Amino acid sequence: MSEVLLSLSGVHTHIGAYHILHGVDLEVPAGQVTMLLGRNGAGKTTTLRTIMGLWSASAGRLTFDGRRIGGPAEPGAKADSPRTPEIARLGIAYVPENMGIFADLTVRENMLLAARDARNAAELDTTRLEWLFSLFPALRKFWLYPAGKLSGGQKQMLAIARAMVEPRRLLLIDEPSKGLAPAIVQNLISALRELKSTATTVLLVEQNFAVAKALGDRVAVMDDGRVVHRGDMASLAEDEGLQHKLLGLSLATHH
Amino acid sequence: MSDLPAVPPAGLAPAAAEALPQSRFDFLPLLLLAAIALIAWPMVGSSSTWLTLTFAGLAMGMIVFIAASGLTLVFGLMDVLNFGHSLFIALGAYIATSVFAATLGWTSVASLAPTLAAVGLAMLAAMLLGGVFGLGFERIIVRPVYGQHLKQILVTIGGAIVGEELIKVVWGPAQIPLPLPEALRGSILIGDAAVEKFRLVAVVVGLVVLAALLWMLNRTKIGLLIRAGVQDREMVESLGYRIRRLFVGVFAAGSALAGLGGALWGMNQQIVIPQIGGQVNVLLFIVIIIGGLGSTLGCLVGALVVGLLTNYVGFLAPKLTMFSSIGLMVAVLIWRPQGLYPVTSR
Repeated sequence: MSEVLLSLSGVHTHIGAYHILHGVDLEVPAGQVTMLLGRNGAGKTTTLRTIMGLWSASAGRLTFDGRRIGGPAEPGAKADSPRTPEIARLGIAYVPENMGIFADLTVRENMLLAARDARNAAELDTTRLEWLFSLFPALRKFWLYPAGKLSGGQKQMLAIARAMVEPRRLLLIDEPSKGLAPAIVQNLISALRELKSTATTVLLVEQNFAVAKALGDRVAVMDDGRVVHRGDMASLAEDEGLQHKLLGLSLATHH
Repeated sequence: MSDLPAVPPAGLAPAAAEALPQSRFDFLPLLLLAAIALIAWPMVGSSSTWLTLTFAGLAMGMIVFIAASGLTLVFGLMDVLNFGHSLFIALGAYIATSVFAATLGWTSVASLAPTLAAVGLAMLAAMLLGGVFGLGFERIIVRPVYGQHLKQILVTIGGAIVGEELIKVVWGPAQIPLPLPEALRGSILIGDAAVEKFRLVAVVVGLVVLAALLWMLNRTKIGLLIRAGVQDREMVESLGYRIRRLFVGVFAAGSALAGLGGALWGMNQQIVIPQIGGQVNVLLFIVIIIGGLGSTLGCLVGALVVGLLTNYVGFLAPKLTMFSSIGLMVAVLIWRPQGLYPVTSR
């Protein structure tokens, strides 16, 4: 098994008065796609936001490539946990559930923002850009349009392409198929497959089991703020009984 | 103020429609500006008076825009309601009185070059000190209350009161005359209409500031970050940018612009009192609410609309002047509850 890039152990997260994560243990191996599945409210989004430092873990430990990125400081530790911008700078890109598109900015400006050291669009890596255009042709077409005018599917493509403008070590993607028409979901799957072939490490939250089956190498299933199952995606995809037990009927009927 | 109208979430558009999206500039608020000017024309009666009033309104609008532009960005970027912003306007006006007092020799002669040098120096000093004190204000007063609107209002108003008292300690509680330099007094006649020379200066300075702001916001990476941060601060941080640093810079720049606006405002009024900040504060908030909180273009249009209306109403029905801007705000908010140029997806 390949080395672990991201690991969470015993992570608890509170949001205001609510205790959302109750000790999440999760390992994301390098170079693979790890699916994070579970019912609504199981804590998947909270897990991603805690990794990004958007919410802070009240207990437990998060490490990325051996470096502590979250959880309360151990006694004697010199520095606080890094904050969101520092976590992003370690090479983690985040595509939130609402896509985080800047609606008033053009597609080009959205992409430019993700390239931290590029001062203008001319400094973007053109080879990489061409590759992204080949994955998401709509982006070339609407390059100079405000991103807010794109359709839901195009916005999702932009959100994912934006996370890939520069090579990143880990991509966190939250429910990319949400609200998209089936044909668009197929496009999305092929684009993510292409990404997967570059051996990028991905932690992908999904409700759509078909997407999970098509993309996942590993899988972790959450319930009530904990990871209740972890294993190979392929074995879960074959075991309908386990799917029913872990995810309920609604998910299993998708295939 | 803590219950600002929530911006509806940017929902998923129907994925099916593949129609080419249209990128259309929203001209309606500019038409409002033109409509106000055109409606006022027959009411004022004389074309030359109307032209004078229109120019005075545009000049006032430009000054208010300079002063308010920082406030709208500070709110847009960090949701900070800074009721202390007007303090830097007062500071700028007082610094102008001191600079004018120190450069009396330059301004007593009626030639233009030394006068403009003195005015330029006053504006630079007001900007510089406004920026420096803005940095301190952000650090000491605003930073501890990030994300807490009610506390922000209380603590920034408190800061403004303390600042006003400090101004009294330095410059005294009495009003200080700020006579315009000889060379900027009087008017230029354009046809029959008299345009005050100082107002020309104010409009030119306003245009320079506007051009610089638009260049910075639309052509630089920092401007791009500011525009993005106004829409979705969390996402900007998730992309790896330290938005607090950006915010401190914007706060200081906004305070510097408030100082500049204050120097111009003082020269426009030709008298400076310690309460000047409180007087313009209401005006500033009306302007940025009309414009759409966080929007620079909205702030400009809002300031021009308020400037024009104040001058027309001040001529037609002076007693209604104060009411006119508040009435305008009510009307605009009924028309567009998010302001003239709403900031989307916050």
